[in-house]
Amino acid sequence: MKGTPEKEDVEYWRWQEYHRIFSEKKWKNKDVITAGVDVGSVGSKAAILIDGEVYSWGVMRTGSNSPDSAKKALDWAMEGTGLRVNDFKYIVGTGYGRVNVPMANKAITEIACHAKGANYIWGPSVRTVLDVGGQDIKAIHCDETGRVTSFLMNDKCAAGTGRGMEVFADLLKIPIEKIGEVSLNVEEEPPPVSCTCVAFAKTEAMGLLRKGWSKEKVLAAYTHAMAIRMGNLVKRVGLEKEFVITGGQSKNIGIVSRIETALGVKCLPMPDWRDNGLDPMIAGAIGAALFGKALYEKAQKS
Amino acid sequence: MITVGIDLGTQTVKAVVLKDGAVVSRGKAFSGFDLTKSAQQAVDEALKEAKLSLSDVNHVTATGSGMEMAPNANSTISMMGADAQAGVFLFLKARTIIDVGAEEARAVKCDDNGIMMDFVVNERCAAGAGAFIEAMARALEVKLEDMGPLSLKAERASPINASCVIFGESDVVTLIHRQESKPEIARAIFDAMADRISSMVHRLGVNPDVVLVGGVAKDVGFVASLKRKLSIDVLIPKYPEYAGALGAALVAVRRAKKV
Amino acid sequence: MVIITHYGYSDGSGEYYIVIDADKCIGCAKCIVQCPQSALELIDMLIDLEDKTVAAVTEQQRKNIKYACSPCKPENGKAPCVLACEQKAVWCIWNPR
Repeated sequence: MKGTPEKEDVEYWRWQEYHRIFSEKKWKNKDVITAGVDVGSVGSKAAILIDGEVYSWGVMRTGSNSPDSAKKALDWAMEGTGLRVNDFKYIVGTGYGRVNVPMANKAITEIACHAKGANYIWGPSVRTVLDVGGQDIKAIHCDETGRVTSFLMNDKCAAGTGRGMEVFADLLKIPIEKIGEVSLNVEEEPPPVSCTCVAFAKTEAMGLLRKGWSKEKVLAAYTHAMAIRMGNLVKRVGLEKEFVITGGQSKNIGIVSRIETALGVKCLPMPDWRDNGLDPMIAGAIGAALFGKALYEKAQKS
Repeated sequence: MITVGIDLGTQTVKAVVLKDGAVVSRGKAFSGFDLTKSAQQAVDEALKEAKLSLSDVNHVTATGSGMEMAPNANSTISMMGADAQAGVFLFLKARTIIDVGAEEARAVKCDDNGIMMDFVVNERCAAGAGAFIEAMARALEVKLEDMGPLSLKAERASPINASCVIFGESDVVTLIHRQESKPEIARAIFDAMADRISSMVHRLGVNPDVVLVGGVAKDVGFVASLKRKLSIDVLIPKYPEYAGALGAALVAVRRAKKV
Repeated sequence: MVIITHYGYSDGSGEYYIVIDADKCIGCAKCIVQCPQSALELIDMLIDLEDKTVAAVTEQQRKNIKYACSPCKPENGKAPCVLACEQKAVWCIWNPR
């Protein structure tokens, strides 16, 4: 397991594995120390909270074995803290493989954890969260405590997901990390492609290229269509400010700016973990650990 | 009475020449970039085989998603209408026609005169039609025509995200790495398609006889899965992909008589 | 308070959801009994730190909703699951393009 990466991971929305400790914090045995472990299909994240405040976290690739990934992610978050597994008062597992976090006291849906985590990271003003991952899109509406009021999850159709964008980037031979800026490199915003289906949109794109459209224009038209689609998913759960976009596609400025245009709302800025900010990628793990604290305290009262 | 029916599909254009109530010839061409030109090619091929020329033809009717691009067409008919006509012509008791093409699939309910009464369409999603099988065959590195026979070797279907061509492609790659067998993956693909098509048909109500047409009807793997899902026998004509063109040619006869 | 889950999807052909409000749902299972496709089941959902038993669409059918539900013609507003629910906790969003 890497301590710090040897070179900058240049893959665009493929992210670096890393871990972080807020070393100004110190833990004592009497503190309510909880952990959240979020095992996703691509990444496994763990966050450790002291009395409901983020202390350390770790982010790494999910391996072929979910329970193993859960343990490794938690070990990663614990590294350098001096903590052992039995120091945790409560551990919550979540994510795609939430049922496979063997050390968890409870498993909670990733939606609930993501909303709670977003509420922690951005504050109680957040009401709408659009999470665009590699293989799914989630639209969540929550209240001021981060409690989910309405949501949907799309993993049926690739349109708009990271995977769908990759297919299009491959077709146009544009490097993944550049598709955001390339799509904005047009004088006038072209109309969206008529097919949201990625497979059919590919054919439509080839026709447009043959008609003399530039790669930038074709990419802009496709990104435009994807942004409209994602905007509609957000509207379906109810758009309300403040609005945040999380997940791999949040780094695609072509998509983000067009979603903002489609919805008429600007999203809140993303904190940068390199800048000592909380990485939105660990929102689920943070939320899980917060649930852990609440459940522990509830058990103590009864 | 000589009529020509042209079916301008997204992948191929098919033409049928009907003379005095019998099919005398067929023609086919890839749709390509110039649909009108390809349609002309298909018609020329069919006329040549029938030893006829366009001047011998009483009426030309076009159908298919590209029907507006047909050369020399006197009229057009919806794909549903064409399917209904062809179904009853091919099988007297046909009352439910299922047409699975490259990009679109539909089910049509008709009466004993081959007049369409109700229909349901699967469109705008590649997973709903032949494009799905093609893409999965590519991901499996199997020739399209081998997919069917391959799937018949399997006794079970692999777990696979069969709701999307793009996700399905990645799933296939993952399954191959995990050493899942190709026949079982192929079977899963056909089962998923058959499931979708069968649900589509159930929306109309399954009225026997059930006829299956369209390019995908030639695939033994799909047919086997569909028969299993529908739990009813399915009749398939000898040249299922020409059903649309045949239907158009039959409509052309009615239209020619009206003039 | 509402806790609304949209089970289903939107793709190139339209949007199709069976929507269940876990706040209104009392877990009576009447909708589950009425569904001709066995597409509904009871699950435990964590609400306000308590596990509540509510109706949900099964995992296998979530990506297949358009096909599973189509025979019930949800666009007419008379799908059996919707009619069965006395709490008005179930409804359908059916918008083919």
